[in-house]
Amino acid sequence: MAIYDAASLSGREINEIIKKEMDAKITFTGVNGQRFICDGMKDKLVTVDGVAGNASGAYMDSGELSVIGNAQDAIGDTMNGGRIFISGRCGDATGYAMRGGEIYVGKDVGYRAGIHMKEYGDDKPVLVIGGIAGDFLGEYQAGGLIIVVNTERAACPLGEDYAAGMHGGKIVVFTDCQPAPRAGVQVREVAARDIKEIEEYMRRFCTFASLDYSSEISRKAYVLEPMGRNPYKRLYVNN
Amino acid sequence: MEYRPARFEVLRNMDKCNGCNRCVKECACGVHYRSDSGKLCTRDYACVDCQRCVETCPAGALKIALNRNTFHPNDNWSERYIGEIYKQAATGGVLLSSMGNPNPMPSYFDRILINASQVTNPPIDPLREPMETKITLGRRDREIVRDASGRIAPKLVRGLSADVPILFSAMSYGSISYNAHAALAMAAKELNTYYNTGEGGLHKDFYAYGDNTIVQVASGRFGVHSDYLNAGAAIEIKMGQGAKPGIGGHLPGEKTVGDISATRMIPEGSDAISPAPHHDIYSIEDLRQLVDSLKEATGHAKPIIVKVAAVHNIAVIASGIARSGADIIAIDGYRGGTGAAPTRIRDNVGIPIELALASVDSRLRQEGIRDRVSLIAGGSIRSSADMIKAIALGADAVYIGTAALCALGCHLCRSCQQGKCNWGIATQNPELTKRLDPEEGARRLVNLVSAWTHEAEEIMGGMGINAIEVLRGNRLMLRGIGLTETELRILGISHAGE
Repeated sequence: MAIYDAASLSGREINEIIKKEMDAKITFTGVNGQRFICDGMKDKLVTVDGVAGNASGAYMDSGELSVIGNAQDAIGDTMNGGRIFISGRCGDATGYAMRGGEIYVGKDVGYRAGIHMKEYGDDKPVLVIGGIAGDFLGEYQAGGLIIVVNTERAACPLGEDYAAGMHGGKIVVFTDCQPAPRAGVQVREVAARDIKEIEEYMRRFCTFASLDYSSEISRKAYVLEPMGRNPYKRLYVNN
Repeated sequence: MEYRPARFEVLRNMDKCNGCNRCVKECACGVHYRSDSGKLCTRDYACVDCQRCVETCPAGALKIALNRNTFHPNDNWSERYIGEIYKQAATGGVLLSSMGNPNPMPSYFDRILINASQVTNPPIDPLREPMETKITLGRRDREIVRDASGRIAPKLVRGLSADVPILFSAMSYGSISYNAHAALAMAAKELNTYYNTGEGGLHKDFYAYGDNTIVQVASGRFGVHSDYLNAGAAIEIKMGQGAKPGIGGHLPGEKTVGDISATRMIPEGSDAISPAPHHDIYSIEDLRQLVDSLKEATGHAKPIIVKVAAVHNIAVIASGIARSGADIIAIDGYRGGTGAAPTRIRDNVGIPIELALASVDSRLRQEGIRDRVSLIAGGSIRSSADMIKAIALGADAVYIGTAALCALGCHLCRSCQQGKCNWGIATQNPELTKRLDPEEGARRLVNLVSAWTHEAEEIMGGMGINAIEVLRGNRLMLRGIGLTETELRILGISHAGE
């Protein structure tokens, strides 16, 4: 494994090292908010010790980015594949428009996480949030899977206006308190088929977060699903 | 009762009509039909006046006219407004229109005149003397670097270079057909200029045209992935569109089929929704972040264009964009085209490109940052004269969309949103799309752009100017006619006779 001290490196320099380094496993220590780390990355396994800055992991194609610490905004923007692990909190717009790959956040996320996630064919994005989500979780969600694990057992792990404009995909929320339905979005108790669908990701999350899978998965959970894929169908008249 | 006033009436000359049924086959709008008794009939209310039946009728028996039937005349409550109220009363829907604002608003291009040389500073004959129409777009270096022999070593870090000052503006695969995209791509390659994917992704067949392609990233991020970003010669961040400033886009699920769904990378039948805002951009600093993340993902090799609609504070907005790290700003005027926009937005929001362009160019010059960015102007460039005026007002190049579609056979019936384009352009119906031959379309686009370029050379030659880049921002070459002091001040030109 190659180890670099990132204290005096810019985000651009970090990315140049990632591209040039022959060792597929690279660790950067002392990262303090450098932006764009691993943007468009393919194949490498990168560990960031510190705070990953805005738009890290954007357009990521494959490989893995592990952040030991918190991450800032727009992590995994338009991510295409690969995995991102963040042990701490993550800022706003986490996983914006991601269409593939997986993001695991150990603690809370900010506003608009998973906004406009979408899927096509085998590409199905997954965002697993360990803590609670800020407002507008899954806004315009068009596909993929969002799981709110709520490890701290908050009474209500969702903010305001979750699933606004959702027209595809699924949100699974572990909570004792049933979320209120929203316009065009139905809420139901989690079923066996949902557990089957989320098992792989929940197991990976629990391993990552050092939690016991069976005690987490057996908690009470609710599913948010859109009632149709064409929310605007009846909005217009030809003129 | 449903009120269906017909805007047009179909006039069939029965002396010429031979009953061949061609009109019935050609009209996807269902205007022409055979009655149960076999009589050729028309549903006038369904006619959009696209002229397809007129031009394909082998007997020349058809004409479409404005309906002679007249509502009780009222200059205030015109038939248009009454008809729109009927539609909304029947459906409760938001009125949806396409193509640019058709209303009789003032055109500043039509009130600007171009200079020519007489006696002194003689004109140039472009047929005999070299004329430079090549353009380079992107940030220009402020420091002059010399090589070992003392020669100036130009270094344009990220730039676009085209042989003509005309680029094809963004039109997505989905809003227009595969054949239309093929024609634009082929023409861009032959002309050594660029076409623009719009927000619909890049069909796998067109990666081969990457050197002549601008790939767009908009709020919905459809079809955006690492290979797509790296496929094009430049990346355009779409913040806004002249026809619908402040509004996102919705490709209805019924159009998200087959290759469209694969190229946009969303399931078939799913609405493709581009939100009005980029939810990660609330400030110039945020814009800079998207610009930089795109540069990081593409190895800082490609110029970034930021496209915005011309709105009230466009000069300040452009100043911010110029400081965001973007290399090129594309400004789209309020007459710009669209595949679908809410009628009220299209007709009432935004400002003319002429005023926007002039104020942006002036502002960037005042701030000493004009050389940080290039400007592309769009939003109803109808002729080479409009193009020359736009360049003299400050543009480096122009985007053409509607004009390009007209070259492909569009008759501006402004019904793209219905998906029944009888000319095979704004439709995905295979029976209709095959009406557009991409080779023929490419040839017509090349003809159009070549003709405009020749005309531009003639106009420039008349002014004694032998390079497009010398004309840029050269407002002394323009005079206004019938314009107020305020209009002249904003345009930065004198009145004719001054």
